[in-house]
This record gives sequence, structure tokens and C-alpha cells, in this order.
Amino acid sequence: MRDFWNRFSQHKGAVLGLVFLTIVVTIAFVTPALFPVSPWKMVQRPFLPPFTIDRFPLGTDALGRDVLAGLAYGAQVSLLIGLISTAAALLIGIPIGLVAGYFGGRTDDVMMRFTEFFQTVPSFALAIVLVAIFQPSIKSIIAAIGIVSWPPVARLVRGEVLSLRSREYVEAAILSGQTHFTIITRQILPNTLSPIIVLASLMVATAILLESSLSFMGLGDPNLMSWGYMIGAARTVIRQAWWLSFFPGIAILLTVLALNLIGEGLNDALNPRLSRRVK
Amino acid sequence: MSQPVLSVEQLYITLPPGADRPYAVDNVSFDLLAGEILCIVGESGSGKSMSAHAMMGLLPEGVEPSGGTIRYAGLDLLKLTDPQLRKLRGQRIGMIFQEPMAALNPLMRVEDQIAEVFEAHGLLTASERRARAVKLLEEVGIPDPPKAAKAFPFQMSGGQRQRVVIAMALALQPEILIADEPTTALDVTTQAQILKLIRDIQKKRGMAVMFITHDFGVVAEIADRVAVMQSGRIVEAGTAQAILTAPQHDYTRKLLAAIPSLATSAARATATTAPLLQVDGLFKTFRTSQGMIRKTERVVHAIDDVSLTLHEGETLGVVGESGSGKSTLGRCLVRLIEPDAGTVRLAGTDMSHLKGEALRAARKTIQMIFQDPYASLNPRASVGRIISEGPIAHGVPKREALAKAAELLTLVGLDASAIRRYPHEFSGGQRQRIGIARALALEPRVIIADEAVSALDVSIQAQVLDLLADLKRRLNLSLVFITHDLRVAATICDRIAVMQKGKLVEIGDTHEIFTRPKMAYTRLLLDAIPGREMEQAAVVKAS
Amino acid sequence: MLRFILARLGKAAGILLAIVALNFLLIHAAPGDPAAVMAGESGATDEKFIAQLRAQFGLDRSLPEQLAIYMKGVATLDLGYSYRQQMPVADLIFQRLPATLLLTMSAFVISLLLGTLAGVLASARVGTVADSIISTLALIFYATPLFWVALMAVILFSVTLDWLPGFGYETVGAGYTGLRRALDIAAHLVLPATTLGLFFMAVYMRMTRASMLEVSRLDFVKTARAKGLAPRTILWRHTFRNAMLPVVTLAGLQAGQLVGGAVLTETVFAWPGIGRLMFEALQQRDYNLLLGIFFVSAAMVLLFNLITDIAYRVVDPRIRAS
Repeated sequence: MRDFWNRFSQHKGAVLGLVFLTIVVTIAFVTPALFPVSPWKMVQRPFLPPFTIDRFPLGTDALGRDVLAGLAYGAQVSLLIGLISTAAALLIGIPIGLVAGYFGGRTDDVMMRFTEFFQTVPSFALAIVLVAIFQPSIKSIIAAIGIVSWPPVARLVRGEVLSLRSREYVEAAILSGQTHFTIITRQILPNTLSPIIVLASLMVATAILLESSLSFMGLGDPNLMSWGYMIGAARTVIRQAWWLSFFPGIAILLTVLALNLIGEGLNDALNPRLSRRVK
Repeated sequence: MSQPVLSVEQLYITLPPGADRPYAVDNVSFDLLAGEILCIVGESGSGKSMSAHAMMGLLPEGVEPSGGTIRYAGLDLLKLTDPQLRKLRGQRIGMIFQEPMAALNPLMRVEDQIAEVFEAHGLLTASERRARAVKLLEEVGIPDPPKAAKAFPFQMSGGQRQRVVIAMALALQPEILIADEPTTALDVTTQAQILKLIRDIQKKRGMAVMFITHDFGVVAEIADRVAVMQSGRIVEAGTAQAILTAPQHDYTRKLLAAIPSLATSAARATATTAPLLQVDGLFKTFRTSQGMIRKTERVVHAIDDVSLTLHEGETLGVVGESGSGKSTLGRCLVRLIEPDAGTVRLAGTDMSHLKGEALRAARKTIQMIFQDPYASLNPRASVGRIISEGPIAHGVPKREALAKAAELLTLVGLDASAIRRYPHEFSGGQRQRIGIARALALEPRVIIADEAVSALDVSIQAQVLDLLADLKRRLNLSLVFITHDLRVAATICDRIAVMQKGKLVEIGDTHEIFTRPKMAYTRLLLDAIPGREMEQAAVVKAS
Repeated sequence: MLRFILARLGKAAGILLAIVALNFLLIHAAPGDPAAVMAGESGATDEKFIAQLRAQFGLDRSLPEQLAIYMKGVATLDLGYSYRQQMPVADLIFQRLPATLLLTMSAFVISLLLGTLAGVLASARVGTVADSIISTLALIFYATPLFWVALMAVILFSVTLDWLPGFGYETVGAGYTGLRRALDIAAHLVLPATTLGLFFMAVYMRMTRASMLEVSRLDFVKTARAKGLAPRTILWRHTFRNAMLPVVTLAGLQAGQLVGGAVLTETVFAWPGIGRLMFEALQQRDYNLLLGIFFVSAAMVLLFNLITDIAYRVVDPRIRAS
């Protein structure tokens, strides 16, 4: 465990990312206490510029709503949707990849055709179509993002399983009479966890980007204040109130960046390079 | 004595901090003389190829020369800038590496890669270069040079690619040729051909050759002088004759003693016990279909009608080169690969047609020891778990299985406390011992050893072979020993089966095979063993 | 090669068929009456229109029959009718398709060229300040939401600095022709194509850098040095050519993202392509149009994949031989 942390912390960016993410998560948790007033409520005059009144440091939007409160509630939405949709994608993709890679043959063919189909279809367009047809709500958004994001997971898991399947210690396990299930869960899966974890952190980042893009297009859950929605709503008044688009965008950028950096740090920590041997 | 073409004087090469020792090369001095082959011998990690890389300025990142000189043509190579070194590379000093596939650019045709050498030094026109490339291919013995010139590397065999690499190195007729383990990745017969090629070319052109290797057999074949390296230092140097027949230093003696000898005795017990494993008419064909619409098939007859018998308490060797089918045979015996036809009978039971639960239960009667110590143990499982998994899968209670595992570890020469440790804490040789313990855990009747010592250094190899011989005696093991190394086969096997391209060419007592081989291929294989002549001469002298 | 293309086209047709089936499923899975779904929000109030749809698509017949009718329709390029826009969907889409093609192709070329060049530069100067700057920029571009950077670009370059136009395809009402018109369109293209390409620039830069570093450690590069070749020759002829292979593969995989990104870019820059059309369809709840665009964008992606696959085969002789 200590080794893991040592290697992770060598990547300075990853540590920064982790710090930032912790802040965001904390904000998401304490938001109801910090901002008891709903972000949809009008609290001041519209188009209050930032840094003019202490109580509303980031100003207000076209309907007089507190931008900072919006950011805080948006953090909840982004993280929630990001995490759950990634979990959904993993739940779909990992079993498919495991089965396809381990059993090979016809099963593999069928699964891969299925995966290819979902990878070929433009994912954002599909997400739009799904959310539009099933009406925007937090459930449909999470489902849509999950459905659109699982193919890379299946691909990755399948690739790893294929290379492990022919590794000698797996052959030894087969020879020792272990059942398929035991081999998959005890020999193969633990050795595929590292790349899955790295991929998962990057997927949360992508999910957040997807969610904000959908909200920007007006496909967000109408009851949830999200960063994408804030930017979308501010589009028409961009000339007078640049800050309404600016701050939520920075929030998205920094969160996604933090997650990417954490992913890189995890990669360094979980896949240490083999030391060069002197020849 | 002629003037040295190149002199290495008191060379020090440092490694980056955190390496297992401070110097890759520690106060090393030697000379290269024209018309002579100097062999630098050592095990992996000895630093033997470092000085060669330093000569060419090709040391990897973080590794730097920190003292001494390399004198060539009145210059100190260590003090030259990269542009200055570039003029020498290829033109005055040529270098060839170990992996021929990796040494050639997969996207460029062979003639272009050879022509590049001329281009790099601004010589000849484009068409002249290509013509010279074809000439060079002819000189290194490639069949149909004009066609080969237009080919891509992946279309050639390993031996042919290495010839191309040699052609590239010789193109500008350098004074010095550095060969860094050029035959290690090749089959034994191909190796014999390449060694002959290098010897012939060297004689014809009078080059100074520096040949780096770990194989003393190769040294016996081609070396004029030898330098033995250990942990960055030269422990002994002299003429090949002197080093091979009368080594002075302990390490040299140890290395030479570790080489499995080709001496076989007729006194080894021939098969008088009952047959245990019977293989009849085994077939396995691999079909790879390529192309999308019109499927062109490539058919490989990996096992072509093979029948043999293993007797109780006997060690049967299966030898052959790559593509002979010996590994496929091993895997078919344990049903990791399904044979297409034929039967495998173990103590009367037909193993080859069992399925499901019956197969799982029958698996404990036949086990395998694998080749790669770094890939045969689950990195995330403790040694105890690795060894006890088999018995546990067959119903043995965990505590008992772990106790047995501890016993087995002591049996193979490791401490019982290894049970709690993880594979990465052990060396290659120790991991192989763990693999042996794992194979023994299920108390199988037959063990298949698939190139079980091929990935180990020669001194470790000797230890593991001793262990296997010891266990054989104690436990009356019946082994099928698959290997490409005839020396190893001579040491440990009672009978030997020779395979070529899927067919069983010859099978018989070890002594018979080595002294009176019947088939032409067997003779070819035996002749190709590097250092055989010298050893036979020594044997004749001794008797 | 021809065989390969035919095989891939066959495969693509299969996928398109599956997409049509998917569209069909979605129409029927959506909440509400399928006819109302197909009519869209505006058309749903027109009883006559709905009755027409019912008859046309045989909505009173069995499901498999409906699927067959629907598929036949798509095969004849009848993608339905947009009530709101009062035009057949197919016409609407093909009217706007060229603009999207122009945008996505430009973004692709810009991102590939700049991205790979930056990657080569970063790998050649690995560990230096130049490398750090390039890598950090790539990291930031990779994390930046496309629609946001598009908005910021409009504010900065169009509104504040007034260097480039931020809306539309060409200057309306100016009546340019020939070269003048092309240049005008090009000026309008700069911001949208660059912002769309920003993310992919980062992707290609990182992939190229990693691939170059990996290939430079391989033995044949050492051999090239041992031959006495100049560093620049080694970089381009040996390292680059081999390092590009995975990047080409990656480019193919990115096609889907590129088309999806076009939706956002066209929305922000009011670029008259099918992405913008998708946004309008969303706002108007015009599901027929929406699904039609979805189908066409999938076809675009398939075509693009085919082109990159061919390119890969041309570049790598090992694949050609098999």
C-alpha cells in the first residue's frame, strides 16, 4: 500500500488532481449546509457582475440566481452522474469482456460484433437520441451515458483476458483442475484490475463531459442545476454576461483535468516499469 | 604480434542510481586484433555487451562512461562527438544485434535498408546502392538475392533476417565487426550456419571480430581469444584453447563445469519397467484462414502421426528445433490443446477423450513444469496459494494442502517460510523450483517438463537439473522432458525422441542416439551442436 | 484490396441495417403513440397528418411488417417527413450535409497535422521545457469541454478582438463569388474547425509522443544508428513511420467522436450543418428528423472508418500481405 502511494505521489499533477477532486467532493457534500437556498431561487437583481457584492462573489444570472450556489449544486450533479454512469458502464462491459476473452470462439465473435456496433455508432449522437426519446431525467441520462460508454471497457477487458488466458500460470491453473469460474475470478480478474481502475477514472471524466454537453443542449434533467445547463442558459446573453459561461466552464475543465491527472497517477502507480537489467 | 586495431583501456561505465551495482563495466581492458575473433563470455547481467555499446556510442540513457579510453585509429572513441562517431558507424565499425526481427524496420524493404548504409555515408547513386545490396545478399548466402531484396522482413525466416543484418553491417567493409549475441535467438542448425558464415567472412576480409555470447559451445566453435566477464569485471582472459582446457579462475571453472556434457554412458538403465504413458497416432493441424472473402488457408501440421511410450520411472526427452511440434505435443498430452486424432493412454485410461468432470478429476495424474519463470506464477498469489490451489481444487482441506506445500518447498530446496511470500521476491531459478513444487503437489504419475530450464542462466540451469535428477531418483518420477538443447537432453534423459516438422524422426536410448544416430536429420542436429568437436576431441584425448 | 473494400462495405451495410432497426425500436419504445412520436411535437396536433402517417407506415399492422416497411423506406432514402420544416427529412439532411463534411474534414486535418507534429516535437525534446509545455497544453485541451471553449473562442476572437467571424458559414448578403467567396467561407471556418479539432489535437499529440518514445527504444532504431544514419533521417524514416501506425488506427476510432462534436460546434457557431439541424430537431421535438440525422451520421462514421482502414493497409505491408 505504501509502495502504491509512493509511486502515485511521484506524479505531482496527480497529487494536485487528487487534492482538487477532494475539494469538489467535499463541496458536493456540504452544499446543502453552505447553500441552504435553492439555486433556482432569485436572490438578487439579474446580471449582477462578479466581485461586486461579497455575498454573491460570482454574480447572478439572467433570472437573478446565485452563480456560486449553482456551481456548488452542479458539483453534486456532475459527480453523481459521473460515478453512477461509469459504474453502469463497468457493470455491462466487464462481464462481456471477460466472457468474450475467456471462452473465445463463437461466443467471442458474437460479443465482439455487438461491441463493434456500439463503438461505430457516434456515441454523442446516440446519447442525444436516447435521452430525447425517453425524455430527459437523471435516470435516462445515466442510462444513456452508460450505454454509450461500455464498449471501451469490454474491449480493454477482452484484450487483457486474451493475453492472460495463454499465460503459463493460467494454464497451470487449468491443469490443476480448477473450475472456469475459479480461474476467471481468482487468476484472471485480479490481474486485469489495474488497467480497469485507470480506465474507470478516465471514464468518470468523460461521463462528466458527456453530461455537461447534454445539459448544454437542453437535455439535462429539468429539476437539476448542472454546470452544462448554466452554460447553455447563458448562451444568448454571452455578450453582456460573459461570466455566466466562464465560471461553470472552468469548473468542468478543472474537475475533468483533475480526474485525468489522477488517472495518469494511477497508471504510474499500478503499472511500474520493469527495471532495466544490465546485459 | 600485430598491432591492436582497437584498444579498450581501463574502461568504467556507470549505471544510473538505484541499479544493483554502481558500474556496468568495472576497469575493463582488452584489445581487438585484425584477423582474429575475440569472444566476450558471461552470464546475463555481466556487462558483456556494454563496452561494445560504448564503442559505438550507443549506450542507453543513464548509462555513461566515466573513465578509461577506447583507442581506435589514433582517436579516443569516448571523447568523440555524435557527428564524429556517425562517420565511423557502419563504415569502420559494424554492429549486429541479437533479435533479427527487431533489428530490421518492418516497414522497409530489405534492399532499402541495406542501401541506407551507403546513403548514410554519401556513397554511390541510388541504383548503384540497390545493385550492391543484391551483391551483399548473395555474399551472405541468401537464396534468390534479387527477389529477397524486394522482400519485407516479415516475409523471411529468422536465419535469413540475421544474414540481412550481417549484410548491412558488412556493406562498407568495416575493419571491426561487433556481434552482440547474434545467434542466441536462432535454432541450433541455423546457428551453426551463421557461425560458419561469420567465420568465413572474417577470414576473407581479415576483420577484427568481437563476439559477445553466453554460450561456451559457441566459444569453442569460433573463438581465437576469450575474455570471461562477471559483474562488470574481466575475471580471466587468454587464448580459447587455454581457457577451455585449463581455466584458472574459479568462476570460469564453475561456468565450464555447469555446461551439460555430451558424454553419455551406455550403462543408463534401458526400459525394463512397465509402460506408463502410451501415445498412439497423435495428429494436430493448425489452420489459419486469411483474407476476408476468399479464404486462403495456411495449414501447419504441428503433430503428424506421432506414437511413443513412456515407461515408469523413465525420463523421455523430446528434442527438436522451433516448429518441430515438441511443445504442441506436450500441450496435447495434458489436453491444454485438443489433438485432432489419436489416443493418449495413461496407466490404461484413455485421457484423450475425457470430458467435463471426468477430465478435471483425471488432470491430477499428469502435470506440467513451464518454461518462463516470470510468467508461470500468478504475481498476485502467495507461493503457498500457488502450490496448494491444485490439491484444494481436488478436495484436500486447506490446512492440509498448505502443510504439504511447506514440505514440498523444503524438498525443492527452498525455505518453508516462502509460503507467505510472493513470486516477485524470488529469482528465476527459485521460481522454477516453485513451479516444480506446484507440479509435484498433486502427486502426478507423469510430469511434462516443457523447456523447463531453457530460460535460465547456465549455472542456475545446472542446479535445477541436479534438483530434477535428485527428485527423479527419490520419487521415482516419470518425466517427459521437452527441450531444444541437446546437451540438457544428454544429461537428464534415458531415451530421446527427435522431432522435425511434426514428425517423429527417431527414438531410442540416449547413448545410441548420440553415438550411432540412424537418421540424417538426427546427425545434422548433432553436428550443429556448437563446441561438439572440441569436446569430442577432449574426450578422445582423455580416454 | 478490392476484396477487402467489398467485404468492409458489406459489413458497413450490416451495421446500418442494425441502426435502422434500432431507430425503429426507439420509436416504438418511446413513451406515447408511435405515430405521435414520428409526427413530432408540432405535427402531433394535426389529425390529418397523423392519420397519413399511420397509413404510410402501416401502424395498425404487425410489428415485423412495420419493420419491413420502415426498412424499405430507408433503403429508398425516404427518411420520413419533418412536419415543422415542411420538407422530407432526406432533403433537409442532404442540403446541410456538405457544410458538416467541410467542418469535420477540416477539423480532422488540422488536428492530425498539428497534433502529430507537436507529438514528434515533444518526443524529440522529451524532458525539456518544450515537452512540458506541449504536454501540459495537450492535457488542458483534452479536459476542456468543447462547447465551452467554442463559446470562449467566440467571445475572445470574434466579439472582443474582432479578428474572425464567429457565426455562420459566410457573410450574409455580401454576394461574394469564386475565390473571394472561398476565402470568406474559409475565414468563417477557422474558429469552428479549430475548436472542434482541439480535443483531437490533444489526443493525437499524446498518442504520437508515446508511440514515438516507445518505437525509439526498439532494436531497429539502434541498428539505424549503428549504420551511421543522421538523427533526422532516423527520426522520420524509421521512428515516425512505425510510430504512426497506432495513431492511424486511433484516428479511425475517433471518427464517431468527431461527428458527435460537430453537433456542439455547429450549435455554438451557427454553422449550417446537420449538427445544427440536430439541435433544432431537439428543440422542436422533431423525432423523425432526429433519427434521420442519427442514421446519416452513423453512415458518415462508417465511411470514415473504411478510409482509415484502407490507409492503414496501404501503410503497413504486413497487413496487406494477409
